Amino acid sequence: MGEEMHDQAGGPMTAAVDIQGVTKRFGDVVAVDNVDLEIADGEFFAMLGPSGCGKTTTLRMIAGLEFPTEGSLKIFGEEVGTLPPNLRPVNTVFQNYALFPHMNVLDNVSFGLRMQGKDKRESAHAAQEMLELVQLGGMAKRKPDQLSGGQQQRVALARALVNKPKVLLLDEPLGALDLKLRQDMQNELKSLQRELGVSFVFVTHDQEEALTMSDRIAVMHDGKLLQVGTAEELYDQPVNRFVADFIGQTNLIDATVFDADMIVLANGTKIRAPNPYPAGDKVAMSLRPESISIGHVDEVPEEFRATSLTGTVSDVIYLGHSHVYTVNVDWMPLEVRTNATPTSIKHEPGSEVAIWWDRRSDWVVPDEGHGA
Amino acid sequence: MAGNAKQLKGNTRWALGLNATLVYVFFYAPIALLILFSFSDDPLVGRWGGFTLDWYRAFGENEEVQSALGVSIRVAIMSTVVSVVLGTMAALALERYRFRGNKFFDALLYLPVIIPDVTMAVMMLLFFTIARNAASTIFGVDVSKGVWSVTVSHIAFSISFVSIVVRARIAGMSEKLEEAAQDLYASRWQAFRYVTLPLILPGIIGGGLLALTLSLDDVVITQFVAGPGSTTLPVYVFGLIRRGVSPLINAVSVVMLAASVLLVLLSLVAQRARGGDVT
Repeated sequence: MGEEMHDQAGGPMTAAVDIQGVTKRFGDVVAVDNVDLEIADGEFFAMLGPSGCGKTTTLRMIAGLEFPTEGSLKIFGEEVGTLPPNLRPVNTVFQNYALFPHMNVLDNVSFGLRMQGKDKRESAHAAQEMLELVQLGGMAKRKPDQLSGGQQQRVALARALVNKPKVLLLDEPLGALDLKLRQDMQNELKSLQRELGVSFVFVTHDQEEALTMSDRIAVMHDGKLLQVGTAEELYDQPVNRFVADFIGQTNLIDATVFDADMIVLANGTKIRAPNPYPAGDKVAMSLRPESISIGHVDEVPEEFRATSLTGTVSDVIYLGHSHVYTVNVDWMPLEVRTNATPTSIKHEPGSEVAIWWDRRSDWVVPDEGHGA
Repeated sequence: MAGNAKQLKGNTRWALGLNATLVYVFFYAPIALLILFSFSDDPLVGRWGGFTLDWYRAFGENEEVQSALGVSIRVAIMSTVVSVVLGTMAALALERYRFRGNKFFDALLYLPVIIPDVTMAVMMLLFFTIARNAASTIFGVDVSKGVWSVTVSHIAFSISFVSIVVRARIAGMSEKLEEAAQDLYASRWQAFRYVTLPLILPGIIGGGLLALTLSLDDVVITQFVAGPGSTTLPVYVFGLIRRGVSPLINAVSVVMLAASVLLVLLSLVAQRARGGDVT
């Protein structure tokens, strides 16, 4: 988080958005709590979290629709703390688009240019070009309510992008679309962003959307920024229980640190799990269902002895490409997901099994961030 | 609805039909008679003396009627303009901003709608009397009641109606639209001018026409606060009745009725007008 960003030549680079120690309070409610965040120029950046986590408020502060109670907010090095939205070089694609219902599509798209005092014909021309880019060239004279959801989404995009913002903000941009359209738009947004080279900052509660589209993701919860990183970093090295649980599916197993290499589970089993925490600390081990292998009790390979458990299959679901087992190990159920091939053995409910995993695929997190 | 309508049978159908007929007769028979006798060539109201347009001619020539009509129109226009501006501002403030006492002012704004006219009239009269005394003690000037006091009174009750109509329109309009405008480089004023105003305009026009109608129709309050030379048309008609009814009143009433109906219709049309789909 704190490290300096560098451009390709290696020199220090001004962040597109630089948030330092920003807090936003609404009365007694702390919506955003002391957040530090740097977003690089040209980055596709996602802010991810459950509703009420402060991600939208953070976005609105970048847009200028809310002002921080404390802290510094810079856009390309310029402090914009209490600058009104019309004086900021950013534009927003609103949730549900907020297209002006009394104007046709062309007037919607040229609105920003007109408000900046650009010539009417020039604005209309630029707007038309932008509409061509989002494949809506023929819809210029339509009213927003004569368009489908996907088309409205494109108009909202065009309306923001025609102003050539330095940062484009998107508030749950795909939330109102159905699944198929959403996947198409994900690809389109991604390629549009690559083409324009502008930073896209988007807010979503959908982790899959964040993982597929973004260069980096910030996970927020209860107004706090928990972790910033690439999809892989968040998935493989979550900083706490909340992130581990929120990104993908995982088994969180309570444990106590034995030493730098071992932890002790609730039933006394020692498990090989390298960790940086002092002995005796309460921790949790995150174990992804797909990184666990399952087999007969005497089948555990020698090298996985230190990372194995035994249990009883209580349930198995066949998903075509995989089997999802629920394995009761003594004190808690664990989810195990294995590839289903014609040769793979299916373990019926009631059978005694062993489960094991590579020691590099378990991950120890501090025992905080409950309530996911 | 039509698909759900059940075929009514026998007695039920007959009774409901009769009921409906009676209701309409009850509503519209007096109006029909009013219109009919305004064309009657007999100075006694209620006796048909053949067709004539004399009463309408008298309406056009009678100076008292004309001056009352003039006062009515002046008061109506002035009070409408002022109450539309103030009412719209009140509606915007209550609908768009959270402030201390929001709920209280909200309730306060509805009060003039439910207060009986007579109470309102007495209130206004008391207010003007005290204002007059205060003005003469403090500034040494004499402000007697007149067109201005009638106008102020009409503004006082019209604001509520205007702001209720306008608020309904604002409530149906997402705040996001104003934010979007500001995000697209509009100043607060430009956001209002190019986004908010066009979208709430049907409400403003509807509210304005309602205010115009209320002002043109008011008798009770006007009568209390009118001074010399500020007799409005309804007040004049009311005075005429006390001196004896003549078909001239019918003619005047028919004209007022037509004007009111027209205004109310315009108001309804304006409120239904699509300022776009306001979501």
